[in-house]
Amino acid sequence: MSNTLANPPPSWGDPNLSDQEKRTLAAMCARMIPASDEYKVPGADDPLIQADIAKSLGRDATAVHEALALLDRLAGGDFAALPVAKQDEACATLRAEGGMNLTLTTRIVLQCYYRDDRVMISLGMEPRPPFPKGHVLPQGDWSLLDPVRARGKIWRDA
Amino acid sequence: MTDPVDILIIGSGASGGAFAWSMADTRMRIVCLEQGDWVKPTDYPANGRDWEARRYSDSDILPNRRQLPADYPVNDDNSITKIATYNAVGGGTVHYAAHFPRLHPSDFRVKSLDGVAEDWPITYRTLEPFFTENDRMMGISGMANDPSYPEHDYPMPPIPPGRSGTRFAETMNRLGWHWWPSAAAIATQEYEGRAACINLGHCLPGCAQGAKASTDITYWPQAIRSGVELRTNCRVREITVGPDGMATGAIYYDRDGQEVFQPAHVVVMAANGIGTPRLLLNSTSERFPNGLANSSDLVGRNLMLHPWPVVQGWFHEEMDGQRGPIVSLWSKQFYETDLSRGFTRGYMLQFGRGPGPVGEAQAGLESGRMPWGEGHHAAMRRYHHRRAHIGVACDDLPEQHNRITLDPHLKDSHGIPAPRIDYTLSPNTAAMMEHGIARATELMREAGAHTTTVSREILNYPGHLLGTCRMGTNPATSVVNEWGRSHDVRNLFVIDGSVFVTGGGVNPTSTIQAIALYIANEMKQRLDTLFD
Repeated sequence: MSNTLANPPPSWGDPNLSDQEKRTLAAMCARMIPASDEYKVPGADDPLIQADIAKSLGRDATAVHEALALLDRLAGGDFAALPVAKQDEACATLRAEGGMNLTLTTRIVLQCYYRDDRVMISLGMEPRPPFPKGHVLPQGDWSLLDPVRARGKIWRDA
Repeated sequence: MTDPVDILIIGSGASGGAFAWSMADTRMRIVCLEQGDWVKPTDYPANGRDWEARRYSDSDILPNRRQLPADYPVNDDNSITKIATYNAVGGGTVHYAAHFPRLHPSDFRVKSLDGVAEDWPITYRTLEPFFTENDRMMGISGMANDPSYPEHDYPMPPIPPGRSGTRFAETMNRLGWHWWPSAAAIATQEYEGRAACINLGHCLPGCAQGAKASTDITYWPQAIRSGVELRTNCRVREITVGPDGMATGAIYYDRDGQEVFQPAHVVVMAANGIGTPRLLLNSTSERFPNGLANSSDLVGRNLMLHPWPVVQGWFHEEMDGQRGPIVSLWSKQFYETDLSRGFTRGYMLQFGRGPGPVGEAQAGLESGRMPWGEGHHAAMRRYHHRRAHIGVACDDLPEQHNRITLDPHLKDSHGIPAPRIDYTLSPNTAAMMEHGIARATELMREAGAHTTTVSREILNYPGHLLGTCRMGTNPATSVVNEWGRSHDVRNLFVIDGSVFVTGGGVNPTSTIQAIALYIANEMKQRLDTLFD
């Protein structure tokens, strides 16, 4: 009974996106998190980030397929082909009606977006895993405990 | 069939590891069956750029989400608090926050002091030497002489409070509230071969540095060196009994799926407050048609899960974010009973740091604090690394209708019936939660938080699984006696959180392990009369 999984089970859904789904996902991501010159970050529709998302569906593959299908239905068939104003209208409806499928899809987008080097650097983070360098936690001043000590015992004898 | 062993332990987590180590000096033949495997530190999420994503996938605290081969499913649809477990060598200690308070003396005497529930058959003083021994073995950091406890010290100094801990400490001093640095199973200096904490971030999904004390790196190496055999990838199906009503061993599935019978003179259940009653209820026979050790009908009942609402606060200034252990301080200001608050018993406030960027952005988008579109980046920078949180750890008194049964449909990958959880909040617990939420929100505001939120309906899932095989002296009202032996089956013991009579308002691992060491000690003292 291993603590790792070699392959995703079929119950998680198809781990691959169709070309149509990829187009819809990229267009949705562009409306969710657009690129910014001010913050020097790509949008979530950036090809590298999209490639990361496409291979990261995992346990939520079914949710992603269903969220993208809903978005295309809301768009009348092809979300990516709509003008931007119409895309925003469809996204507003998706946010109201997307439920858990949208929540899980959004989380995958964010997981891939916020581990991109360019985005982490813009946030003031080093683009690296936590181990082995770790972080520095400011030391405190334990003399702050003096008033707590001065008030004395508060536990009940039993 | 394999050769008989003297002691067969089911589960290698908090209690199983401590118990195995303690019993090893008897030189008896001891085998532990663990359904999971060893997890390598190099496999923990902190090694990779996807560390935050993995907290929601193969390192999620919920087995129903992880769905790893070692996990078994749990039907917790009828419970406001979901079931968090981890199945591997070390069990839940691999995936806990390592907050390490002890139960308080009053927690063992709730009937005598407050007129509710039942007193434990043992006291804080009974466990005191085992708390100390366990602190040494696990390597606990903390500060001596907290006025909310009888005096005791820790092997290592406490975790630094950081920005958020300091802010909360200063605020509680203004309010005149109790607070203290958290005791934590996290090494703050090199300790017994473990490296010191370097603030990798959230500690839940395993510590790549090895600073967090999980029993796979504390008790088990020593127990194995002393001759205990730990058999991994072995999922127990049932405990077997002979015609005399004594346990004879266990039937399990090995890593190849082969059914194996392991005979034993003593069987010790250490599979946690869900896994242990599940196994006992699955162990039916002509003599025990309602499950093993269940003549009282209390196996699986009195489940306590520690309802744990969380108040989040965002500050204008930068806080710690994910750059440190989750825990920093605790407050016992509202721990002991004060009936003027509108409920009996009390709660601990547990102070914690913030999430990483994914957690922050997810919460921001879901709440509407962060918009889709152009404004997302500016909003993210207003919230990122500016959050801290306060958990309200409620003393959840036992109620018989809060229970574990066997689900009639859901089964694990070996076809073994899975547990079903039925759990509701009592009016007393609900009142306690609201009081704690109000105080934590008041504190957040006083500390300078410009925005606060409360998680009431989606509670934190602490994985505190307690009470389902309670200890006591009366066989009609308890499952095991005051030293863990089944009233019904005299060579069957329970040593995990199942034996808790009440839950207290603190994280239970310290007390679970102290009880396991205490029971081991009692057994060693009684070897000649163990089954009398």
